[in-house]
Formats: sequence, structure tokens, C-alpha cells
Amino acid sequence: MNRRIAIVGIGNTDFNSMTPDVSWKELMFEACQKAYIDAGVDPRKDVDSFITCAEDFYEGFSIFDEFVPDQIGATLRPCCTVCGDGIYGLGNAFMQIKTGQMDVVSVEAHSKISDLLTFGDVVLHAYDPLFEKPVSGPVERQNYVGSPSYPKEKPKPIVGSSNEKNRIHPYFLAGLEMQHYLKKTGTTEEQCAQVVVKNKKNAFNTPYADYEANISVEDVMNSEYLFKPVKRLDISPNVDGCIAFVLADEKTAKKLDVEPIWLKGFGWCSETPWLSTRKMNADYAKMASDMAYKMAGITNPKKEINIAEVDDRFSYKELQHLEALGLADSGKAGKLLEDGELDISGSLPTNTSGGSLGVGNCFEATGLQKSLEIVTQLRGHAGKKQLSDVDIGIAQSWRGIPSGSGAVAIFGR
Amino acid sequence: MMSMKKEGYPKYAPGTHVSRKDIRNKNKTYTWWEPEVQYSWAMGPAISRFLQELKNGKIIARCCNKCDRVIVPPRMFCEYCYKPTDKWLYIKDTGTVETFSIAYLDGDARRIKDPILIGVISIDGASPQHGFMHYFGEMKPEELHIGMKVKAVWKPEKERTGAITDIKYFKPLKGGGK
Amino acid sequence: MRKVAVIGAGMTLFRRILQETGKELSFLATKMAMEDAGIEKKDLDMVIMGSAPDAFDGIHLKGENLLDGAAAANKPYVRVFNGGGTGVFAPIAGWWHVASGVADVALVVCEEKMGSCFPHPQTAFRHIWDPFLDRPLNTNLVWLFAMEMNRYMTVHNIKKEDIARVAVKNKRNAVGHPCAQLPDENITIDDVLNSEVVAWPVQRLDISPPSDGASALILCSEEKAKKYVEDPITIAGVGWNIDSTMWTNRDLYFPRYVANAAKMAYKMAGIDNPRKEIDFAEPYDPFDYKELQHMEGLLLCDKGEAPILTREGVTQRDGNLPICPSGGLLGVGNPIAATMGQKVCELYWQLAGKAGKRQIPTDPQIGVGQAWGDIMQMGTVIVMKR
Repeated sequence: MNRRIAIVGIGNTDFNSMTPDVSWKELMFEACQKAYIDAGVDPRKDVDSFITCAEDFYEGFSIFDEFVPDQIGATLRPCCTVCGDGIYGLGNAFMQIKTGQMDVVSVEAHSKISDLLTFGDVVLHAYDPLFEKPVSGPVERQNYVGSPSYPKEKPKPIVGSSNEKNRIHPYFLAGLEMQHYLKKTGTTEEQCAQVVVKNKKNAFNTPYADYEANISVEDVMNSEYLFKPVKRLDISPNVDGCIAFVLADEKTAKKLDVEPIWLKGFGWCSETPWLSTRKMNADYAKMASDMAYKMAGITNPKKEINIAEVDDRFSYKELQHLEALGLADSGKAGKLLEDGELDISGSLPTNTSGGSLGVGNCFEATGLQKSLEIVTQLRGHAGKKQLSDVDIGIAQSWRGIPSGSGAVAIFGR
Repeated sequence: MMSMKKEGYPKYAPGTHVSRKDIRNKNKTYTWWEPEVQYSWAMGPAISRFLQELKNGKIIARCCNKCDRVIVPPRMFCEYCYKPTDKWLYIKDTGTVETFSIAYLDGDARRIKDPILIGVISIDGASPQHGFMHYFGEMKPEELHIGMKVKAVWKPEKERTGAITDIKYFKPLKGGGK
Repeated sequence: MRKVAVIGAGMTLFRRILQETGKELSFLATKMAMEDAGIEKKDLDMVIMGSAPDAFDGIHLKGENLLDGAAAANKPYVRVFNGGGTGVFAPIAGWWHVASGVADVALVVCEEKMGSCFPHPQTAFRHIWDPFLDRPLNTNLVWLFAMEMNRYMTVHNIKKEDIARVAVKNKRNAVGHPCAQLPDENITIDDVLNSEVVAWPVQRLDISPPSDGASALILCSEEKAKKYVEDPITIAGVGWNIDSTMWTNRDLYFPRYVANAAKMAYKMAGIDNPRKEIDFAEPYDPFDYKELQHMEGLLLCDKGEAPILTREGVTQRDGNLPICPSGGLLGVGNPIAATMGQKVCELYWQLAGKAGKRQIPTDPQIGVGQAWGDIMQMGTVIVMKR
């Protein structure tokens, strides 16, 4: 089917490091209700399919899909969970509409990560159980013969706890990758620090951002090394929040009283899960963008793309991703940054929302947070940070440590 | 035409069966990992109030004026008309058994001799078939039936913590139902 | 809309514990499907993974960990998930990958490694309950189904022996299945009725076993499918539907969400009268009563009529409406998402006349597969045609 797909509604909550006043249900209700109002649709009648992007262990359920439909308006309607970032949700919505069987589809992604007390352990739980988990620290286990026994004199050892000495936080992987990136491209730690400064400053103009700050490169350089060369301020802090999108086919979009922003293409790709054989060059982003550019008919991304929101959950990732997406030459993203080209006033404004460093790491909602900024800019609703002459924007996200998977979405006016 | 081939699919069944004996005798290698996974979920306004009222010995519901529903367990939004619910309403602590089970299996899948009586109770004062799951007590398993009238048995006030277990169980309501 | 064809299927052995890791199981099923279709990894455009809770395999972001086994390294890859409904939902997601025109050839892999979860896969099921209302009661999953079964039996006044017939039929049907975990040629209704009461009315032989296993399916646009097979089996309709989270606010005797999903799929397939037009069905049967309830949900009979049809032999493999000719979950095993092997791969094998000993003798033209998941909440339906 050759139908164009439009973003017709967006909604989001405020982002906060903690949200003790609401459960995930109220958080999702708020964002979805705003998106439906923005699109002018009644979810109980007009939305044909609902997609949530979530992972069980972040939420604390064995089947999180159960706890979704009521608050997004999907009771007794087609609704499903995509275990991936929000852009994976957008892509699946895109395909559902393209089949011609659906006209309006909503996508929701959120983070309620403050509910999770043992964050490091859950991330570590994503490492391969045979090869990688044991490397992260000594695992002392008694005889596994179907039933390990823990006598009183030798109580159950706490394995996998962050409190345990000798156990490394799973974010160490970012240290390995950053080291590789700096060495390979000649990018400096100062340049990475500058990403943090830029993004935290940009976040001042994003009403929902939680980690806006006026800091200097020295502040970042002076923050302590956690996984050398990764410093405390190079890491995006966790945040709670929810974002919802409503997508529609061209015909329906024209009937609604909104200016449609087109989802021109999407792509995603996964590298091998074996950490030791992965190239650590963010090839997933390259392959995903190749797919998205092809779909969107983009032949020269550097020229055609006016604004980029790329995954910056670690500062170096922004530069690495810009290069992988073909928006900067290999090893040249740091230079673009120094020349001010990535600023709001530059030739390739990047992470004008403040990115994950300024807004916070919102996990599976990261891709939608990036997309939200692009759509807001394309609509011309970005307020003080509004760019002039933006026609095509790219949003890119990564599934976070330790994955080698990521997705790209391209939006146009 | 490709159909009606005599050979059956799947043509073979790949995989290596491991028996309990293999595990006991350590014929196969295993690795062990126990994640330390802890959560403290924010309950949200609806369930927080509901549990707080249980502590007071009362059951509270939310009303949706548009659907004309009295909803328990309460929520801040109505899943049918998709708008915020409208007001709080105390309802009774009696109800009707909608369904039940006599369980010889506990939460850890261990066999138990004295069965747990568990079921769904629709609460009087709420809309039909609106209620929650709880235990039954002060009755023999064979007395328990669908449609039975029951009443909540509360923990003593100072033992209540603001949890669903502030109700100990539901017991038969004398003079009610069949 | 492009038509989507099935050109290959594969599945592994189903057992309580298999030695292979999740990756390896995914690989074995994928390999068999690729051999069947006569394609290689380079021919795949996109890959879809279906797998139920991460807690079974004991790996967070389980989809990421499994992807190399599913031929997805350096490929576009996504995992979908809706509890037990995943086994039919993953091929539905595969359908929209191809029907949209985004992919020409897509691989769907479903994997489950329940044997890794210690001490019992039910430990993972403790975390499917509402954390505020249900978990403090120290709940067990079987209670839930016992309550649903009781409601179903009471509303329609169904005898336990009429439900036990389903377990007998499916375990006998499974005898011809090379992957089957619990086939039993000689099982009787009395065996089921005399088995241990786990949570009344559920007895041990009413329940399907937890299993390890994987299955795979290769989907292809109809035009391209002709390159591989002369007479492709196509996906005619898909439907999925979810009910409210608040299961204590619903009448459990009828799965209205399955009915909604079925209506959606039938409409797409152009089926006006499912009872007449559908030749056989693979409804989800993790418990014997679920097969009956799902037959009613799939609108293949009136509410409360399914036990009567079963008693009359209509649902036997040589009956008028064969139900679960594969042996279902009760006979072949229940590695949650990997039951795509019985619910979707079996449709393909039956329609292509490839089911061997399990082949329905009446030359079926249209089959429906269905799965059910979440907290008695999710219905996923697929209709396939020859």
C-alpha cells in the first residue's frame, strides 16, 4: 500500500527523577490523554490499534502487557507490547497502517525506573549468563544439583547485589567502548565533556526536562571517573516520564484538525549480542539509518537533514552516533561540536531538547523523547529554541547497555 | 500440486532431552545466577486511598458518572469511557461469591494438606461483578458455592497495615443468599 | 494489501528441560524452517522474535540475547510479547512486516526456555499478579485458572468428565507428533478424573506441562512465494484484542476478547459464517477447559456447546470440526511462545497436506489458530487458507 503515514498527536508528562505520587498507570494515562486530545481522536472509537514499548524487568512484572490497556484506552481493542525502544513502536505502527487494515495507531513508551531499587543488578541481568555475567565478579555458588541448600551457618550468599565488593557495575561496558572510540577517532575527553555542557544548557528550553544545568567543561572534567574514561557527568541520569504518539494514514490525517508531520521512514538493526566480537563502532546505527534513508528517499543525509536527535545516554555516544548516521565524517563529530555546528544556531542542531543528558535517561521512551523534539520543531512549536527552516529531522535511539540494537526514524514536514 | 505428501512434518525433532537424573548425577553442566531484583512501586492515588481505607475498616470505590459504574478496586480513570473517574464512595463489606477454587497448592507450588479457599467476591454497593480476590474462612470447603453471600472478617485495628490482607478472609453471611 | 504466504516452518523437540540454550533452540528451529523453505540467512529481510517473560530464561532484555540464534545478527530485528498470546501474535507481527511492503521475506522465531527458571517456572508466574491487590495473598497461577474453570462449569452446568475428554483427545492426537512431550495412546477419562486435585476443579492431567522449545516460520510476499512453492499457503486474516487488566471486574465464563479478535480476523479473511467455512482449528489449550472456552470464543459453536460437540466426537481428527489435531499444548507441551509450533506451524502443515500421521483426512482448506495470554485477557487469532 502506498499510503503516507503522519504523526497527528503527541503527548507527554513532565519528566522527574522520582514520581512517588503516581503509579505507572496514571503516568501513562496523562501522556496518552494529551496525545489523543492533541490529535482530536477518541481512543475508544477512533484508534484502531495500540502499541506499548516496555521491558518486563524495568517494570517489575513477568508479563507487563497485562497492566497496559486500561490507562491507554485499549480495553477490548487490539493492543500489544513491543519489547523495544519507542521508535520500534513507531515502526510497527507505520507497518500496521501501511497494510491498509489500520488507519489510526497509538504508540506509548514510558519509564518508571524509580520503582526499581536494584537498577545495576537488572542491567547486569541482561549480560549473557554463561560468558559475561561471571566475568563481572566472583559468583560463589554451592552445588547445583536441583536444589542448593543454605544451612544456617552458611546463609544464602547475596549474588548480583551492587553492595557486594568486587562486583562491577554493568556500565563498565561504556568505559570500554568510549576508550575504543577515543583511540580510534582521536576524539578527546574534553570534546565529550562539551556534549554534556551543550545538552544540559539546551534542556533549559525544554519544559519537561529534569537535568538542565549551566555547567562548564571543567565541571565535567573534574567529576570523578566511574569507568575511566567515563566520568560521572558523562552519564545520563535516570528519569521517569511517559510519551505517547498518535499516527494516522494521509486521508485520516487530513480530516483531523492538525498539521501532519510525516514519518517518512524508519529502520532498525541489531548487532551480535556477543560483546567480545562486537566492533563497538555503533554499526547498528549505521545499518538502521541505511534502511531508514532508503525508505525515506534520502541520498545525502548531510545535506538533506536539518536537525538531529541522537542517543546521548553517554556523552561520547552523541558523537559516535552522528558519525554512524553519516551526519559527520568519521572522527569529525568532535570538531563540528567545537565549531558550534551542533548548537541551536549551528548547521546541524543536535539534541536541541537537551537529549538524555539534559532530559534524563528514560529507557524505552528515549526514542519517543527524541521524536517528540523533532515533531515539535517541525510543527514550529519549539518556543525559544525553535529553528527556522526545518524540513527534515532524524531521531535515533539505542537500546542501552549491553545491547547492540538501535532504531532510526525520519520525519518531514 | 505440492499437497498430500505422505511423509510427516516436522521431519525430525532436534534437541537434547535432559532428565532429572542427568541433573542429579551432574552429567550435564549448569550455571547458576540469582539476580538481586527489588522494586518499590508507587501505588498511585486510587490504590493508595483504597488500602488506607482498608486500614480504617472500610471499602471504598470510585464512581464513573458517564458509565454509571461504581468501581472497586478503584481507579482514577475509567477504562471504558476513557476519562477521569468522578468521586469516592464507601461501599459495604459484604458481597457475593462470583467464583472460587479449593487450592491444594500454595504460592510456591508446594502441595498442602489443608486447602486454601480462594475466590472472587463482588462487593455489595459496587456495580455487578465488581470486586476483588480474597480468601474464605469459617466454612467447610463443601459449603462454598458460587452465589454465596459473604462478609469480610477484619484484622484487629492495630494489626492493620494498609494492605489487602487487612481483611483476613470472607465468612458466610448469616441469613443472606441461598 | 499484499498477501502473505508461509513458505517454511520448523520446531524443536519439546521437553521439560533441554540441554540446548535459548539461542541454540532458536537456531535449531530456524535451521529447519530455512531448509523447508529452501532459503538462507541472506534472503531474510527482517526477523521477528516472540518470547514470553524474561524471567523464564533468566535474562533481562532476553530478545537481545537470543538474536544471533534467530539469524538476526546484522538484521532488522524486533521482539513482540503479550504473554501466552505471543505464539500466535509473533506471526501476526510477521504478517504486517510483509503485508506492509517493508519486508519481502521475514523470519518469525518463537523461543521459550522454562527449564532455566528455578525452582519451578511457576516462580516466574508469581510476578504476573497485581503487586498491591493480588501478590500479598501469596497467589499461585493455577488458582486463577481454577477460578475461571469453576465459573465456566457453573454457568453452563458442565460436568468435569466432559472437560476431561479434551485432555484425552489431545494427548492421543499428540502420538503422531515427533516433538511431543506427553503423548499417550492409552489415556482414559478416568485417568484424568483420578489424577491429583491441584486446585479444585483443576486436576494434574487438566494442565499442560512447562517445556523448553522453539519454533520458526518463514513468511513471504505472495508474488515472491511462487519462486519457492507452487501453491502457497496464505495468511487470510489476523486479529488480536486485549481485555481490561482488572480481571475481578469481568465475567470469566466467556472470553469476549477472543471473540473480538476472531471477528477482526474473520472480517479480514472474508469469512461470514465461521462454523461453515472453517475446516479445523487450533485453539489454545494450556488447560483442557480452555480449548472448549476458546472454541466458543472463536465463534465455532454457541456458548456452552463446545463440551457437547467434544462428547459427540465432532472435534476428533476425523470429525466434522477437528480441534487441535496437532495434539495441542496438552499433548505436545507448553513452551509458552514456542507453541506457535502447534498453533500456526500446524495450520501450515495441515493445509499443505504435510502433517503425516496427524493429517486431517478431509482435505482442509481453511484453518484457524489462536492463542491466549496475559491475565485471562489477550486473544490472538490467525486464519490461514490453502
